Amino acid sequence: MATQHSRSAARLMMAPAVILLLGWMLVPLVMTLWFSFRRFLPNRPDIVPGWVGFDNYVRFVTSSAFWPSVQTTLIIVGGALLITIVLGVLLALLLDQPMWGQGVVRILVIAPFFVMPTVSALVWKNIFMDPVNGLFAHLWRAFGAEPVVWLSDAPIFSIILIVSWQWLPFATLILLTAIQSLDSEQLEASEMDGAPPLARFFYIILPHLSRAITIVILIQTIFLLSVFAEIFVTTGGAFGTRTLTYLIFQRVLESQNVGLGSAGGVYAIILANIIAIFLMRIVGKNLDA
Amino acid sequence: MGRIVLDKVTKRFGSVEVIPPLDLTIEDGEFTVFVGPSGCGKSTLLRLIAGLEDLSSGHIEIDGADVSTVPPAKRGLAMVFQSYALYPHMSVRKNIAFPLRMAKLDQAEIDRRVSNAAQVLNLNDYLDRRPGQLSGGQRQRVAIGRAIVREPSAFLFDEPLSNLDAALRVGMRLEISELHKRLKTTMIYVTHDQVEAMTMADKIVVLRAGNIEQVGSPLELYNRPRNRFVAGFIGSPRMNFLEGAEAAKHGAHAIGFRPEHLGISLTEGEWKGTVGVAEHLGSDTFLHVHPEGGGETITVRVDGEFTARHGDIVYLTPVAEKIHRFAADGLRIQ
Repeated sequence: MATQHSRSAARLMMAPAVILLLGWMLVPLVMTLWFSFRRFLPNRPDIVPGWVGFDNYVRFVTSSAFWPSVQTTLIIVGGALLITIVLGVLLALLLDQPMWGQGVVRILVIAPFFVMPTVSALVWKNIFMDPVNGLFAHLWRAFGAEPVVWLSDAPIFSIILIVSWQWLPFATLILLTAIQSLDSEQLEASEMDGAPPLARFFYIILPHLSRAITIVILIQTIFLLSVFAEIFVTTGGAFGTRTLTYLIFQRVLESQNVGLGSAGGVYAIILANIIAIFLMRIVGKNLDA
Repeated sequence: MGRIVLDKVTKRFGSVEVIPPLDLTIEDGEFTVFVGPSGCGKSTLLRLIAGLEDLSSGHIEIDGADVSTVPPAKRGLAMVFQSYALYPHMSVRKNIAFPLRMAKLDQAEIDRRVSNAAQVLNLNDYLDRRPGQLSGGQRQRVAIGRAIVREPSAFLFDEPLSNLDAALRVGMRLEISELHKRLKTTMIYVTHDQVEAMTMADKIVVLRAGNIEQVGSPLELYNRPRNRFVAGFIGSPRMNFLEGAEAAKHGAHAIGFRPEHLGISLTEGEWKGTVGVAEHLGSDTFLHVHPEGGGETITVRVDGEFTARHGDIVYLTPVAEKIHRFAADGLRIQ
């Protein structure tokens, strides 16, 4: 009796939080779905709002900007993942070594994570990548080379660089804690077994890190799919840096076509879910072992 | 072959000297046990021999070759760790084969040696499992398997049985002893458990604070401990000590006598006392007797049939020729 009572009491007390969270999620989702089936251009009084069926969906996919934007999204996500994980593992190995001033160095490594995306994009754009006064331009000139106009000559790479810089601390931190949990006797055993340092890394350390790496991939992918500020601040979507998120933004706010943008939003949800299913399967396999 | 010679070996961590200059020779094929209380430097000594720690000074020779600066893998030794240190993401087969793969042996030879080791250690049914799916004793055997496939000149064991339950520990103790009889390879075994030391060793090295207190066969240590520390450490339950007037009668600063070398009587004897706690093991009973007039409790080993209750008065008489006499500096008086 008591358990049944307390169970229903618990449900009652949890209800406000659950309803709030559910509403928080469901209302925008339903509204997006609603708008995606309607012709709705608030700034064009001459166009009458109304139902259009799947018109918005068809127009969004057949637009010449769609597939390039999906491609750009995947390149940016993939590139940033590659850089953060490779450098993250190396940095974590380095920070795991006993050295003087370890505490300070660790805090410094984490620092970029505290910088807001808009700010860090501005810092990179103006201080590092500016073709006239940027630090890179000065460096190139110091070696007698022609400065690179980063944001128009290598725009995607530049954005990957900025995003990676922001997410490297996150990857490093998680991988560092994973490395620290490695049993030192295992390393000593492999040393006695005659494994040189490189083999110790590939046979012992890397397999030990595989779980942490999949978690980093999962979490970062979720956040990297919605990268926006870095593009808005630097290239504004020009030079082929228009991601799916950015394309939706342009449809809704620049061309004021809410219906078309909403259809794009639904595609973004589907894309994110496809990737999530893949990742969950990989992670699930890794977490089981 | 596996004759290991330590020559004035020392180890310092910063300004702390863990191992003061130490000389020791371990003969080929010997089962040597390093035993001592925790923190006595026995594990450090083993790690120095393995090469996992660098020497602060001195030399280590294996079969006549100076290996003081040779990396661990090149010393031809194999080690079994306290935590077993199996590679959790590899199957048992791959764990055992790992040192062979690192040595770049060809696959046929690897397979042959792994199946040999599995045969010897009864691991055939578990070769494709992961270490996480094995019991403590099976993991222990895998760790030993990984050591024997390398065909090393000596095995090093670092408290390998301390994570096992009591029954399994006795079983593994026998298995390791049998393995030694069969392989006839030098083995160095570190433990804090003097029962393990007594039952397994050809030669026991008793350590205290990095110093060797005594080296000898188990019975030598039991019968002729060189000082009070060894006398108290070897043997279970530990030796009783008396100082003062009783010791002076025997012309010593202190006398020691083992619980099993005491006669007990209800009517007459040298010392009178009251029975405190009685521990019944079935075969034997350990009586903790409080001597009349105070002083340290004396432990007596009596037959399991002997009945004595708390508060009974008993008389104790030590066996005269089994009394050990010690001088003020703790050394044995011959």
